Amino acid sequence: MAEEMRIVLRNYGKIDPLKIEDYIAQGGYKALEKARSMDREALIEEVKKSKLRGRGGAGFNCGQKWSFAYQAQADQKYVVCNADEGEPGTYKDRLIMENDPHTLIEGMAICAYAIGATKGYIYCRGEYPHLVDVLNTAIKQAKEKGFLDGFDLQVRSGAGAYVCGEETALIESIEGHRGEPRFKPPYPPSEGLWGKPTIVNNVETFANIPVIVEKGADWYASIGVPSYPGTKVFTLTGDINNKTFFEVPTNTTIRELIYKYGGGIPGGKKFKAVQIGGTSGAFIPEELLDTPVAFDNMAAIGATLGSGAVFVLDETRNIVDVVTRIAKFFEHESCGKCAPCREGTARMHEIMSKLNSGKGSAKDIETLSRLGRVMSYSCLCGLGQAAPAPVLTTIQHFKADYNAKLV
Amino acid sequence: MVNLTIDGIKVSVPEGSTILQAAKEVGIKIPTLCYHPDQSVKANCRVCVCEVEGNRLLQAACSTPVTEGMVVKTRTPKVIEARRTILELILSNHPQDCLNCPRNGNCELQTLAEEYFIRDIPFEHKVRGLAKDTSTPAIVRDPDKCILCRRCIEACSVTQSVYALGLEDRGHEAMVVPTMGKSLMDSPCAMCGQCIHACPVGAITENEQLDELLAAIADPDKIVVTQIAPAVRLAIAEEVGMKPGEMPMDVFVAGLRQVGFDYVLHTNFTADLTIIEEGNELLKRLNEGGVLPMFTSCSPGWINFCETYYPDLLDHLSTCKSPQQMFGALVKTYWAEKMGIDPAKIYSVSIMPCTAKKYEATRPEMQDSGYRDVDLVLTTREIGRLFRMSGIDFTKLEGAPFDSWMGKYTGAGVIFGATGGVMEAALRTVYEVVTKEELKDVNFTAVRGMEGIKEAEVDLKGTVVKVAVAHGLSNARKLMDQVREGKSPYHFIEIMACPGGCIGGGGQPITKSNAQRQVRIDAIYAEDESCEIRKSHENSEVKILYDEFLHEPLGHKSHELLHTHYHPKNKKYL
Ligand SMILES: Cc1cc2nc3c(=O)[nH]c(=O)nc-3n(C[C@H](O)[C@H](O)[C@H](O)COP(=O)(O)O)c2cc1C
Ligand code: SF4
Ligand code: SF4
Ligand code: SF4
Ligand code: SF4
Ligand code: FES
Repeated sequence: MAEEMRIVLRNYGKIDPLKIEDYIAQGGYKALEKARSMDREALIEEVKKSKLRGRGGAGFNCGQKWSFAYQAQADQKYVVCNADEGEPGTYKDRLIMENDPHTLIEGMAICAYAIGATKGYIYCRGEYPHLVDVLNTAIKQAKEKGFLDGFDLQVRSGAGAYVCGEETALIESIEGHRGEPRFKPPYPPSEGLWGKPTIVNNVETFANIPVIVEKGADWYASIGVPSYPGTKVFTLTGDINNKTFFEVPTNTTIRELIYKYGGGIPGGKKFKAVQIGGTSGAFIPEELLDTPVAFDNMAAIGATLGSGAVFVLDETRNIVDVVTRIAKFFEHESCGKCAPCREGTARMHEIMSKLNSGKGSAKDIETLSRLGRVMSYSCLCGLGQAAPAPVLTTIQHFKADYNAKLV
Repeated sequence: MVNLTIDGIKVSVPEGSTILQAAKEVGIKIPTLCYHPDQSVKANCRVCVCEVEGNRLLQAACSTPVTEGMVVKTRTPKVIEARRTILELILSNHPQDCLNCPRNGNCELQTLAEEYFIRDIPFEHKVRGLAKDTSTPAIVRDPDKCILCRRCIEACSVTQSVYALGLEDRGHEAMVVPTMGKSLMDSPCAMCGQCIHACPVGAITENEQLDELLAAIADPDKIVVTQIAPAVRLAIAEEVGMKPGEMPMDVFVAGLRQVGFDYVLHTNFTADLTIIEEGNELLKRLNEGGVLPMFTSCSPGWINFCETYYPDLLDHLSTCKSPQQMFGALVKTYWAEKMGIDPAKIYSVSIMPCTAKKYEATRPEMQDSGYRDVDLVLTTREIGRLFRMSGIDFTKLEGAPFDSWMGKYTGAGVIFGATGGVMEAALRTVYEVVTKEELKDVNFTAVRGMEGIKEAEVDLKGTVVKVAVAHGLSNARKLMDQVREGKSPYHFIEIMACPGGCIGGGGQPITKSNAQRQVRIDAIYAEDESCEIRKSHENSEVKILYDEFLHEPLGHKSHELLHTHYHPKNKKYL
């Protein structure tokens, strides 16, 4: 069985996050020095070879993304850290920034060097005002030590909307516009912030970078599942004994997460379902728990890793009731730009409420399935595309709960 | 070039083309709602989605660039299901009020509902119940019908740089609202009506006043007199199923008599008159060191814009009223006298390509005849409705002449309808007045066409006059900023609020593209060419008007009836 393994949380509890000396004493900023001594293309190649994939949800190969921005010709490029972390039940990015802000800054500085960016922003969730101070202090220290020469890094406070975590909505928000996604392509590495090549990566993604540069791509690629190597931080919530966080290699199974690290279900109750990846995550039944927590393995069972939130439900929970509340969340969080999500999330909530109050029919479930299916591939951005996942996966795996509520 | 396959058909298109453009090349129609040919891509309605091989997600045809070897399918079951579901979603909170809607029969949503065989919508029909905005006399907004495509916002902000429309709230509570105020009337709205053309549905329309006309026609005590603006004739054809310009003027006049107008006169007459007054005003300013550059003043949307955004430049505006208002002031004085009609009985109706003129006619200063100078302003579209209601077959109708004293016009009056036309008409007259020589070539082609800003220099025997022409308010803004900074090299500037000039006015047949505007412009110049007399100062009825009534340009009577003044719109938020 896989053991907990700390890469991004390697300094957790070991250093005073507000003392750069502590970070340096642990070998901090060595990787930046090493990176800057490397040829840019070789550096990007190394990141590619590590097979590090984005930890913000979409799972795109990090080095490849960087190479797009590197190749783009422009007078200005940007590096942006997505620290919006709006997913309920998720706090992994906060953990990293709170306990080891310099690892994020170092990761971003390496990226800036690699792609040729001179400006960067950390877009920090609006509900984390204390983190803005931590980050600003850390940036000031890094500047004083000369680590950020030629890289102007600033912190921006988020606008509060969930959709602002979507990279192009985040970019719009930094530009001072309504936080709404743009259509893609063009993707940010070719046209991002103010139309310039921009790398947007998640906090956890950046936090992996110094270690990869320091220990090498081969070392990193050998950890966990080969197609999605390394570790992943999970935050456990719901009906589980250890409501805390774990960083584990990606070959860990869901079952291990719940029973080994999470300590199982409290009160001797039986497991019913687990939702992984946040509000838009799929609901996973007992029989699929032996799936490793790696991107493609999850995709194969119709699920995602998302933000790494793990929400466990015991046998007493009513699935239809839980999913109705989720549908309400998306009705509220839709930005309203595109028709299928703007109207679809509202209708989804409407029909779920009808079913939940015992007034729905089999035809409503059919309509719901069609609506969810269409939204999942027609909406403009990931929010609307993922919003139906809880509905669709529960209709698939927990149909009995729905049937029990039909008129 | 990029090679791809759409529905099994091979096609080669320039790099940077979208799937939508490529499909059009091979005759495959992909439905759209938020797409507009002259605007930026919005990709928010999603009805244009298609399958692209190798993608789980459907791709929006309007926003997705083609790539080499791309395989696109535009009509698979998956695509059809998606489009129908999206249409059902949109329609489930739409009033579905087609029978009572101004856009019945000319609505992009209605057309798609028909084409996509929408019948039993599984979602509960819920209309938001938002209040209509009837605060202006020109534009009516019905937000319940809005499908949030945002085309009006771009028309208002980008094409017009007025910024009167914006978005409020999020999700299914999102709505388009007047900015900085609760109603359009207290927003910076210039009432140009360009948002009406941009709107795919009936969420923005003109303030319809056909009922008022019908009541006046039915009233035996009222003598209903109409004036037709220069840009109307060629466009009215589109309203009755003909091509732009295909309706002969005399048949149009006959049609108006058929539906009950007692007298039919022409705004082109006062367009010619405007040239005499405005041309002389320009010469006076040039000779006496008056405020320059002088701006034309015949576009009331432009006047609203200038009063709102450039109140410091109002002295530059020609004091000439618009041709509509000159006409209004004369019809109840000069014309009534000539005809021996009691002006109190005259009900003066103007047929305009313009929504802003509905507002202009209600300005308190527009009563110089002692009455309201213009009682009712109807748009080309409203007259189109009246014609369709009347069931006239225009191919069989015999033509009729205009009535006397204010019905004659020249080619110079005609071209008022197109951008650059007022300038060209003015130059034709000013040249001959100043040089006392005959103008050999009356065509000033440099000021014609859809280019946003055009300029020209005219040598008046020693005095070189520099002129500029802008259409669309964002182009006007560029020239105005120059003037404000003291850097404007021009003596005379023509501004039309609407792209293309009045042929693209807010009251014209719903105009879906600039290409359509160009067709109308071509029709205007064809009409000018066909006119025997093409210079305003050669209009025989205008001469009579001066001889018998006005006596001289810029004279006492002119000042009383034909000139006006402007007021800064002190909108607190600007
Ligand atoms: C609705 C929505 C919310 C998102 N929220 C976040 C977020 O809070 N943090 C994040 O890193 N990525 C978020 N993403 C994913 C980003 O769009 C983007 O894929 C990510 O920041 C890329 O970084 P990565 O490659 O390092 O994962 C969100 C996506 C969507 C559609
Ligand atoms: S999918 Fe939803 S959140 Fe995304 S753009 Fe469309 S309306 Fe906005
Ligand atoms: S806007 Fe179109 S669909 Fe809506 S009521 Fe009017 S005609 Fe019908
Ligand atoms: S009428 Fe003109 S100014 Fe007014 S909202 Fe429409 S586009 Fe804007
Ligand atoms: S009012 Fe018309 S143009 Fe404007 S967003 Fe609504 S539907 Fe689109
Ligand atoms: S036309 Fe393509 S999304 Fe609206």
